[in-house]
Amino acid sequence: MKRRSPTLWTGAVLAGLVVLLALVSLVWLPYDPADTSGGRLAGPGDGHLLGTDKLGRDLFTQLMTGSRIALEAGLGSVLIAALIGVTLGVLAAYAQGWFDDTLSALLDILIAFPTLLLAMLIVAARSATLGSAILAIGLAQSAVVARLTRILVKRVLAQDYITAARTSGTSWPRITAGHVLPNIWPTLVVNLALQFGLAVLAEAGLSYLGLGAPPPNASWGRMLQEAQATFTTAPAGALAPGVLLVLLVIGVNLIADGLRDVLDPTTRRGRAAA
Amino acid sequence: MSALLEVRDLTIRTGTGRALVTGLTFSVARGERLGLIGESGSGKSLTTLAVLGLLPDGMTASGSVVLDGTQIIGASEKTLAGVRGRGAAIVFQEPLTALDPLMRVGRQIAEPLRRRRGVTGAALRRAVAEALERVRLPDPARIARAFPHELSGGQRQRVALAMALACDPALLIADEPTTALDVTVQAEMLDLVDTLVRERDMAVAFVSHDLAVVARVTDRVLVMKDGHAVESGDVHEVVRAPREAYTKALVDSARQLESALDSFGGAQ
Repeated sequence: MKRRSPTLWTGAVLAGLVVLLALVSLVWLPYDPADTSGGRLAGPGDGHLLGTDKLGRDLFTQLMTGSRIALEAGLGSVLIAALIGVTLGVLAAYAQGWFDDTLSALLDILIAFPTLLLAMLIVAARSATLGSAILAIGLAQSAVVARLTRILVKRVLAQDYITAARTSGTSWPRITAGHVLPNIWPTLVVNLALQFGLAVLAEAGLSYLGLGAPPPNASWGRMLQEAQATFTTAPAGALAPGVLLVLLVIGVNLIADGLRDVLDPTTRRGRAAA
Repeated sequence: MSALLEVRDLTIRTGTGRALVTGLTFSVARGERLGLIGESGSGKSLTTLAVLGLLPDGMTASGSVVLDGTQIIGASEKTLAGVRGRGAAIVFQEPLTALDPLMRVGRQIAEPLRRRRGVTGAALRRAVAEALERVRLPDPARIARAFPHELSGGQRQRVALAMALACDPALLIADEPTTALDVTVQAEMLDLVDTLVRERDMAVAFVSHDLAVVARVTDRVLVMKDGHAVESGDVHEVVRAPREAYTKALVDSARQLESALDSFGGAQ
């Protein structure tokens, strides 16, 4: 990346902090996550960086494993949303008539359908796991991604260079891979980065309601829920996951913003013309 | 001898049934240079798109369009893919949108070359450089590596022309290829198109609203208005003695522009 974008860098540092925590948690944790020897609701210090929760477990340890869950939720959901959303969006854009209409109507219904209800249905059908939460968030987001993809593809397909490619007998798969996807990619990738932040928030929300990763997995959302009752006496338990959640989502949104500056072909063109 | 392009009773309708082109009949022989002239909205560009089965979504064509022995109207996408490029290729009006902004120019020209001639690797790179040289672009190696936004309008339009010619079409459709260019570049571009098609004995359908431009590069002209053919014939005949009122108006306004310049002529 030749152009420096301060937004991109700030975002990368903030999100990178959480990624670092998650990576370190894979090889080292201050305490065993199930270790309840710390004393209930101990304050920060005394061997526990942020104190302990109401069961005596180390908060910092839970934050570290929670960062892993947050990142997994973000990545997993966006991956599902991208796979299903881009495929459906491209198909809908190419299709004409009833198929396009039907698909668009289905997407509108899915977008209007509350993620929470979808998550409850999936949890009911499967069980409350991180996988169920990711599936629910991914499916809900795929509708948004599909609708955006459809519009972006339609706009590219109306360009003369697509007609020119068709004129020279280029097949649809080649046009899609060679012209359409590269041209919608910049906008799409910015949107997917935003969806990542939303997915992290959605997973925290689902976990808060008990629809995410089950205990003893320390999701930030569940940490918030558990610390809620004791917030006035031991605020660290709620503040710590809350702050990290905000840092990660702001970081990812800044990355999305920075990517827009770096990837947008119109700003690139503008610079070259100047 | 059968014509290269035989359009008979072509009617183009929008999805709501409004006719944009009605009962259009014309033909282009091999090596012949036809001008399609008319004001914006007269259906010229739609006609050229219909020739390749490339009408926008929702528009339908009826009648008969036979290009290089293939019936285009109602043909399957597979049949169309076979005749496109080989039968006819298009150069568009706006050179910026005619090139993929995110693809290096060389790769865009390589696509049709690879498909038409089956060359790859170093031979393909050489063919791309030759294609760029043929449209008089300096330093083809540098141009091939450039993105469209790094080129000037005139250069882009030459690249678009090179792309169309790379298909080695029997008919080159030029849809107002000089309208978006500076006047000085326009003249060069016209000369280039003229030379290249003469060299290859290629047929041309030259679409323009500018009678002077059409007169310069074509043998025969078809005047269109509101989706109808108004008049057609030898370009010199039509300019000298237009039969229809609309053609007469076109010729007169072109002459007025020219005489406006002539009135300054003495000063030079």
